[in-house]
Amino acid sequence: MERHLKWIVPVGTAALGLLFGALIFGGGGSDPHEEVMVAANPLFSGGAGGSLGSTAATGTRHEVHNGESIQAAVTAASAGDVIAVYPGTYHETVYIDKSSITMTGVIREGKYPTLDGEKKLNDAFLYSGDNITIENFKIINYKGNGVMGQAGNNFVIRNNLIHDAGVYGIFPEFGKNGLVEHNVLSGIEDAAIYIGMSDNVDVRHNKVYDSVAGIEIENSRHALVEGNYAYNNTGGILVFITPGLPIKTTYDVIVRNNFVLNNNHENFGAPGSIVSGIPAGTGMLIMAADDVVIENNIIAGNDNAGLIVTDISSVTNVASDPESEPNPDRVRILENVMFSNGNNPIGELKALMLTQLETKGPDIVDTGAGSDKCVMNGARYRSFGLGSYRVCRADEFSTASIVSMTLSEPAEPFVIAADTQEGYERIVGERAYYGVCTGCHAYGVRLIGPPITEIQAIYEDNPEALADYIADPVKVRENFPEMPPQDYLSEETRLAVAKYILTTTNTDKR
Amino acid sequence: MLRWLGVVTKFTALTALVLIAFGTAQAEEFSLSQDCPPSFQKVEGICAFRSLYQLYPSLENQGVGGLKTGLPPIREGFSPQQIDLGRYLFFDPLLSGDGTVACASCHDPDKGFSDGRARSVGISGVPVKRSAPTLWNVGFLKRLFWDARADSLEAQMEGPLYDANEMGTTKEALLAALNNQEIYRELFAEAFGRSVTGDITLEEIYLAIAGFETSLISLNSRYDYYAHGQANALSDEEIEGLNVFRSFVARCAECHTPPLFTNQQIAVIGTPEPEEAPRDIGAEGPTQDPTLKGGFKVPSLRNVALTAPYMHSGRFETLEEVGDFYTKGRGHAVPDGEELYLHWHIWEPQLRPEEIKSVAAFLQTLTDESMKPKTPDAVPSGLSVGGGALD
Repeated sequence: MERHLKWIVPVGTAALGLLFGALIFGGGGSDPHEEVMVAANPLFSGGAGGSLGSTAATGTRHEVHNGESIQAAVTAASAGDVIAVYPGTYHETVYIDKSSITMTGVIREGKYPTLDGEKKLNDAFLYSGDNITIENFKIINYKGNGVMGQAGNNFVIRNNLIHDAGVYGIFPEFGKNGLVEHNVLSGIEDAAIYIGMSDNVDVRHNKVYDSVAGIEIENSRHALVEGNYAYNNTGGILVFITPGLPIKTTYDVIVRNNFVLNNNHENFGAPGSIVSGIPAGTGMLIMAADDVVIENNIIAGNDNAGLIVTDISSVTNVASDPESEPNPDRVRILENVMFSNGNNPIGELKALMLTQLETKGPDIVDTGAGSDKCVMNGARYRSFGLGSYRVCRADEFSTASIVSMTLSEPAEPFVIAADTQEGYERIVGERAYYGVCTGCHAYGVRLIGPPITEIQAIYEDNPEALADYIADPVKVRENFPEMPPQDYLSEETRLAVAKYILTTTNTDKR
Repeated sequence: MLRWLGVVTKFTALTALVLIAFGTAQAEEFSLSQDCPPSFQKVEGICAFRSLYQLYPSLENQGVGGLKTGLPPIREGFSPQQIDLGRYLFFDPLLSGDGTVACASCHDPDKGFSDGRARSVGISGVPVKRSAPTLWNVGFLKRLFWDARADSLEAQMEGPLYDANEMGTTKEALLAALNNQEIYRELFAEAFGRSVTGDITLEEIYLAIAGFETSLISLNSRYDYYAHGQANALSDEEIEGLNVFRSFVARCAECHTPPLFTNQQIAVIGTPEPEEAPRDIGAEGPTQDPTLKGGFKVPSLRNVALTAPYMHSGRFETLEEVGDFYTKGRGHAVPDGEELYLHWHIWEPQLRPEEIKSVAAFLQTLTDESMKPKTPDAVPSGLSVGGGALD
């Protein structure tokens, strides 16, 4: 399909970013796209911030049936396409290095499309693109992760069944604006759901069990953990900072309306892993994270403690990081129901309680670091170390108005501020020219290739012809090496750089 | 007019000898470029970095992520003249105590801005403690040296300049050597826009070299083509290698994170020291933190195929050997009884040989020297370019 930049006036900035994003680096779909409508997932209530769940599924629908390759469909897909995978068993690592792809499993008569790594394959899904949806899959027997994102904004991972998929079940990393909901995960040797170094993520209505950690919010900001059921893990829900990572903070996290029950599983984390130090029987752990609200959870039957609030020194097997602020500050423990916790405390907590002549562990324990913490109706809990807590007032930290931490508009794939198409194109052209072309070309003098002034004289006002040459150069000059094709740049980028080359005057001003 | 990659000097070996003999070099024979190096746009006289990666965002502006993730901030703000003066200084052994060692002796552009040695050899002929890190993309790094003890390029260069085993000069000797050369006095005056009667300062020397170092950009590899959207830029084996590299079994990308292929943190991974050598305590030295014993800055893997041997003491000859190290498992090379706080990503990945091979193939795709600066034909001191160590 020929794509032309179209300047559509009444479109918001975010949409523009997406539009141009798809145009500039949209990759190479060449067939006209069949318009399809994708039925909304009935499990997706749409109550999130509004920017997710309808991820531009406007393109071709590709069907993958048992015995066929999911990756082949991904390779053939273009932005906006939907890949519908039918029930069957697939032994693949599916990688998605393009944006706006919806991977949707078709569930028929209770049968899922199953990705089975047979304990030979590393990861089931790897994605790096924006606007990726992965839904309705069963994922088993992988060695690494079930679903792993590296960057990739506006992600939706929902309604998957993930069992024994290796280290993490669902692990979006370096992502902004995402939704992880209605997944069921078990038998994971680290965290079933691990939100790592990400921003603006909702983790809702998932069931996580029989894993070392149920849900982790690590080195991430603006997260809502709501309505999940975490049971029989070593630790249920963990909100913390790991030292030594490049993004160093965790703050603005709401943990609300979750069931955190009987998380007493023996710790089977890999030696040396962060979670290998979590004591079995830990309902919830807040470590070094700031501005965490814990509200309306039912936390019961966790044999070590219901809720542990502590500083980063609790991680004893990791090199220290002076750039990580170690204390949990502004933790707000609002209304919660906690009972039958601490029936069998272990390790340091057991020793600590013995100093209080107690053999049971508490509902809540705070090891003392951090400031400005509060608890509501603290007397209803068996607690230890809350002496510095003040009373949270009901009106003070109400989260009732916060239905989601996701963004109201999608996170943009490009960071260019331009008011017009021409301005946008000029910036792209400038980045491409200096970032790529100047290795061989200078303005008024020959380097490896001819000077820009000569190119301007040849192509004058025909940037399309220059853009074509850039993609597929032919040798025309004696004593000059042949130019390598620059066809990795999208058609639109090539046109933008061609226009830049033909209009630059190399003046020393902007 | 002299241009960045086309700098012409009228120098000949004969005139160089004459100049050494009489010390009467002419400044006009070493004109400083008026143009910024590749990947930089001149804006009001200053070179501003430009890259396609500037189109992309990065979470919390940390410059770590996936394929289409922006870079961390680069050190910039240098003029073309300062950068070009830095280039001459970089290759000039006049900066060493006895005129035999230049920056380029251990950071050879033709060896990935390293030297091909396990441990570098400077003025004394004695191998120094660690290997020479590449300088490609060094302008993006927040911390320098294997043990991360310097937080600026200026602080870094004071290490090798004044180390008795490396360049073996002193601040006084360095200033005297440069100020005694009329040609350098003129070049510094031009680069810093001041009178030629003023003395060259250490600050100016450091700034010029730092400027040159920040111009060493390598972001146009085949991997980058893939990252920008060309699906067939990598072969099937290379993509397989990329997938192993970023998988949570091998976990390479957790620390060697795109787009620079480093997260710029310190990691204790427990590589073996050279035979008979004691444990290099690494970052424990400058930090005095015992949990950082044996910790080193995660190196960028850009152009890694050019910079064998690998690790802080060059213990591994090939990328495959590096892969073997990781797959042999957590702590396997740590002597019994030695306690190290090994990084949690050092585990038991049990990579298959073909997986290691594919990762090595992928790492080859990070090679890009399209913006390699030109080695000058001669340096202002008239001494041997690069101290004679360059091929």
